[in-house]
Amino acid sequence: MTTNGLRKYHAAVWDEPLVMEMGAPGRRGQLFPVDEPDLGSVVGDTSDLIPESLRRGRPAELPELSEPEVLRHYLHLSQEVLGMMGISLFGTCTMKYNPRVTEALTRQPFVAGTHPDQDVETLQGTLEVIHGLDRMLRDLTGMDQFVFQPGGGADAAFLHATVTRAYHEARGDLAQRREIITTAQAHPCNPATAAAAGFEVITLPLEEKGYASVEALRAAASERTAALMVNNPDDIGIYNPHIKEWVDIVHSVGGLCFYDTANFNGVMGRIRARELGFDACMMMLHKTFGAPKAGGGPAVGAYGCSEDLAPYLTAPVVIRGDDGAFAIEVPEHAGSTQVREYLGNIPVIIKAYSWLRALGAAGVKEAADLSLLANNYMETRLLQIPGVSKGLPHLDEYRMEMTRYSLGELTEETGVTTVDVANRMVDYGVDAFWMSHEPWFIPEPFTPEAGEMWSVEDLDYWIDVIAAICEEARTDPELVKTAPHNQPIHRVVGSGLDDPDRWATTWRAYRRKNGLEG
Amino acid sequence: MNRAHPYMANSTEEAKKHMLNAIGAATVDDLFEQIPDEHITSRRFGLPEPLASEVELKRHLTGVLGKNEHCEDNLSFLGGGTWQHHVPAICDEIWTRSEFLTSVWGTGSSDLGRNQAWFEFASQLGELVGMEFVGLPVYSWGAAVGHSMRMATRMTGRGRILVPALMDPQRLDVARTYAGFPEQEGHIEIAYVGYDPATGRLDLVDLESRLDDGVGAVYFENPGYLGVIEDQAAEIARMARAAGAETIVGVDPTSLGVIVPPSDYGADIAVGTTQPLGIHMNGGGGVGGFIATRDEERYAREYPTLQVSLTDTTHEGERAFGLALFQQSSYGSREDGKDWTGNSVYLWAIANAAYMSVLGPAGFEELGGAILRRSHYAARRLAAVPGVSLPWRAGFFKEFVVGFDGTGIPVAEINRRLRDHGIFGGRDLSSDFPDLGQSALYCVTEVHSRADIDRLTAALEEVTR
Repeated sequence: MTTNGLRKYHAAVWDEPLVMEMGAPGRRGQLFPVDEPDLGSVVGDTSDLIPESLRRGRPAELPELSEPEVLRHYLHLSQEVLGMMGISLFGTCTMKYNPRVTEALTRQPFVAGTHPDQDVETLQGTLEVIHGLDRMLRDLTGMDQFVFQPGGGADAAFLHATVTRAYHEARGDLAQRREIITTAQAHPCNPATAAAAGFEVITLPLEEKGYASVEALRAAASERTAALMVNNPDDIGIYNPHIKEWVDIVHSVGGLCFYDTANFNGVMGRIRARELGFDACMMMLHKTFGAPKAGGGPAVGAYGCSEDLAPYLTAPVVIRGDDGAFAIEVPEHAGSTQVREYLGNIPVIIKAYSWLRALGAAGVKEAADLSLLANNYMETRLLQIPGVSKGLPHLDEYRMEMTRYSLGELTEETGVTTVDVANRMVDYGVDAFWMSHEPWFIPEPFTPEAGEMWSVEDLDYWIDVIAAICEEARTDPELVKTAPHNQPIHRVVGSGLDDPDRWATTWRAYRRKNGLEG
Repeated sequence: MNRAHPYMANSTEEAKKHMLNAIGAATVDDLFEQIPDEHITSRRFGLPEPLASEVELKRHLTGVLGKNEHCEDNLSFLGGGTWQHHVPAICDEIWTRSEFLTSVWGTGSSDLGRNQAWFEFASQLGELVGMEFVGLPVYSWGAAVGHSMRMATRMTGRGRILVPALMDPQRLDVARTYAGFPEQEGHIEIAYVGYDPATGRLDLVDLESRLDDGVGAVYFENPGYLGVIEDQAAEIARMARAAGAETIVGVDPTSLGVIVPPSDYGADIAVGTTQPLGIHMNGGGGVGGFIATRDEERYAREYPTLQVSLTDTTHEGERAFGLALFQQSSYGSREDGKDWTGNSVYLWAIANAAYMSVLGPAGFEELGGAILRRSHYAARRLAAVPGVSLPWRAGFFKEFVVGFDGTGIPVAEINRRLRDHGIFGGRDLSSDFPDLGQSALYCVTEVHSRADIDRLTAALEEVTR
C-alpha cells in the first residue's frame, strides 16, 4: 500500500528497442518450402517468372530475427500496454467485458478459415449468425433491415451519408438538398462523413438546456436539408426530450433522420430508434455488444434502416429462403453506398450475436440499468471531491450512462489540468480517462463511463484515485504536472509532430531526418 | 439460487441496493427520468431466451458455426480480395494477448507498447513498398483506393481519376462510393482504361487518349486484380506525370519480396491490402488497407488517417510515439478535416508487424518465390486439361484466369462438381467480366503443395470430361 492507501503499482519497463534495430544478418523467423520436387523442372527459374524490369534486386530492409526473438519482442510490447489491465472507464467507448468464449471460437477454422466467396451452402453457419443478429437488432431498434459491412461507427455514419445521397438522387433533388444538420455534441464522425459524402454541414450549438433548441433546428431546416445526424443521449449524459419533435421537423421538410446510437448502453431495452421516428441508426458492435475495442478495430458499425431506405443499401443482405436455407442477396444501385468489401467483420458479428444470446432481453435491460446505476453512483462520490464539478451543473436531473465533469476549479486553484490528471492516473494502474471530443464546451473536461462490467469496488478505487490526485494537486502539484512516474517512459511531449522536418511515421524517415543513415 | 450474470459484477441485489442508497433514489427507473414516458417503448422485446451459461452458449455457437465448411477441410483456390496464406502461429499468439486485444486509447506513456507496434507496422510496410510516410491502416483496400483518389483530387484540383477496366468489382464499388454523384460539388469522375486482350495489361494507347489536364490521378494495380504483373508500370507513371497527374498503385505486399516496390517505378501513392500479412480470411472479415507515400508535405497534409510518429518526452533522449498531423483528422477538425477516420483495423496492424518481422527480407523473397512456382505450376497443369484455356499464361503472380469455354460447361457447374471432390474452385468471373467468357480466377499460394495442385488437375479433368 502507498501512503494514500492505494495499491502499489509500477508498469513493466522493458526499454525495448524497435524491431528494426534488432536481430542479426542471416537469421530467419519463418521458412517457406523451396524444394518442391520437380517444380523447377516444370516452371524453370523462379526469377524468370517475373518480367526482368520488375524483379526486386535489393531486398526490403526488414529485420532479420529468429521466431522466439519476434515473439518475445511483441510480448514485451504487450506488457507495456495498460488499457483494460487496469480499470478503464473510457467514456463514449463503453468498455465491456469481451467474453473469451467467442474469442476462442472465432479463431477456429470454421470462422477464421472461411473465404467470403465460398458457395453459400458452405457458409450456412456464418449466414445464420448474421441473420440472427439482424433480427435481434431489428427487435432492439424497430428498424427493418441491418447490414454489417461498415468497418466501424464512423464508417456506418458514412454509409448513412451515402444512403442519404442515393435516396435524394433517386428523387432528383440531390442538387437542391445539399445540407446535413448535426449538433455540436454529435460525434465528429457525423459532420466529417457528411462532408466527405459531399454535403455542407450545419452544426447547431449547445444551448442552455444541454442541447440545441427546437427553434434552432426549425431555423436550420429547409428544402435544402438532406438529413439530420445526431447522437442521443450525448456524451455529457443529456437526453434530448424533444427528439421526436426534431425528427418531425426534419421529416416535414423532406429530410432523413439518422440516430448515431453510439451511446446506446443507457437506453437499450427502453427505447426504439424507429419508434422515435428515425429512419436509420447505427450500433457499435465493438463497444455496446461486447466485442473488443482492440485499440481501434476490427470493428463493426451495424447500420439499420427503415424499409424505405433499404433499397438504397448496396451491402449484401442475408435472407432466409422458404426452405430454411440462408442466402446472400446483393441489392442493385451498386457503387453508390458500398463502403467496404464483403459482408463485414465476421468475427465481430459473431461476438455481438453471442453477447446478445448470453444476455437476452432481460440481460440487456439489466446492463442498461447497471450502467445508469453505476454512473450516478460515481457522480455522488465524484462530486464530493473538491475541485470536481459536473459539466452543465444547472442541469440536475440524473444523467444517463455517462456524465461529463470539469476539473476547471482544480486547475484554477492549483494549475493542475485535466491532461495532468490523466497522466497521473496511469501511475496508479488506472487507464487515463477520456476528456472530450472536439469542441470542448466544458473547461478541463473528463468523461468516465462506468458501464455494467466493473464492480462497485473497481468504481470506488477509480474514484479514490481521482480523489488522491486532486489532493496531490494541492500538496505537491509538481508531482502531478510531471506525471507519469511509474510508466515505461515519461510524459510524451510530442514536439515536432506537425513539423515536416521532424515528424517520422517510419524508421527510415526518422533516420534520414536525424542523420542516422548508413 | 443466485444467478448474477457472469459478465456483470454489479448484477447482485446487494450491489444494486448499495448504489441506489448512495444515490438516494428509490428505484432504478427513477434514474431514467430524462427520458419522456412517451419515448419508452410499449412493445415487448422478443430476443430469444438467454443462454446464460457458457456451456449452453458454446454448444449453440459451435452447432451453428459448425455448419460452415472451410478452406482447411477443403482445398480452396479462392482469392480475389481475400487470400489464403499461411498465418504464422505467433501472429495469433501476439494479437490475442489481452493487453493488445482490449486496449483502449490510453496515454503515450501507458500504452507505449501498442503505439510502438503500430510504428513498427508502418516502418516495415514502408520498407516493402519503398515509401517513407505511412498511415495507420484503413478499413480495406477499397477504402484505401477511395481515400487516395480524394487525396489526389485535393492535391491537383482535378476531379477525374483513371482506373483499370479490369478491377475488382467490389473494390471499384467502394471507390465509386467515395467518389459521389455528379450533381455534387467535389464529385470525382471515375473513367476506365481498357486492357490489351493479348496480355491483360493496361492498353497504353487508350490511356494516352484519356490523359488530359482534368485527370488527377492514374490508378493501377500490380499485380492486377486478375493476377497480371504490369510490366509497363514505369511507362504508365511517366505518362501520368507528363499529364500532371498523380500515380496511385495498388499492390499485394506478398509480391514485394520478388517484385520491385512501387516507388521504384514512379508511384506517388501506394495502397493495398494488409490481410495477407498474417491475418486469417475470417470470411472476408480479415480485410484491411494501407496508404503510403513519399514523406513530402504535399502528400502528408492530405492524409485522412492517424499517423504514429517517433517523438520525445519530457526527458532528454527518451523515445516515444505520438500522432503526427492529428489536427487534420476528423477527430481534430470535424467536417474541416481530411475525409474522416475512426476505429479501423488497428489490432491487425500489430499482427501485420509481427508477420513482417518474422518473415524478414529472406522470408518475403522465399514466400514470393514459393507462390510464383506453385501458381505457375498450377497454370501449366490446368492449361493441359482438355477444353481448358488460359488467356494469359505468363507474367502473373499468385492468381490467373482459367477459361472453361472449351469444356462447354459453365463455371458455376464446374465449381459445384468440384465441391464433391472437396475442392473450392476459383472465383467465377463470368458475370463480372463477360468478355472473358466462362472463366474463373484461380489463386495458388504457399499453402498449396504440388500434390494439392495435382489433385485439382485430376478433379478438373474428371468434372469436365
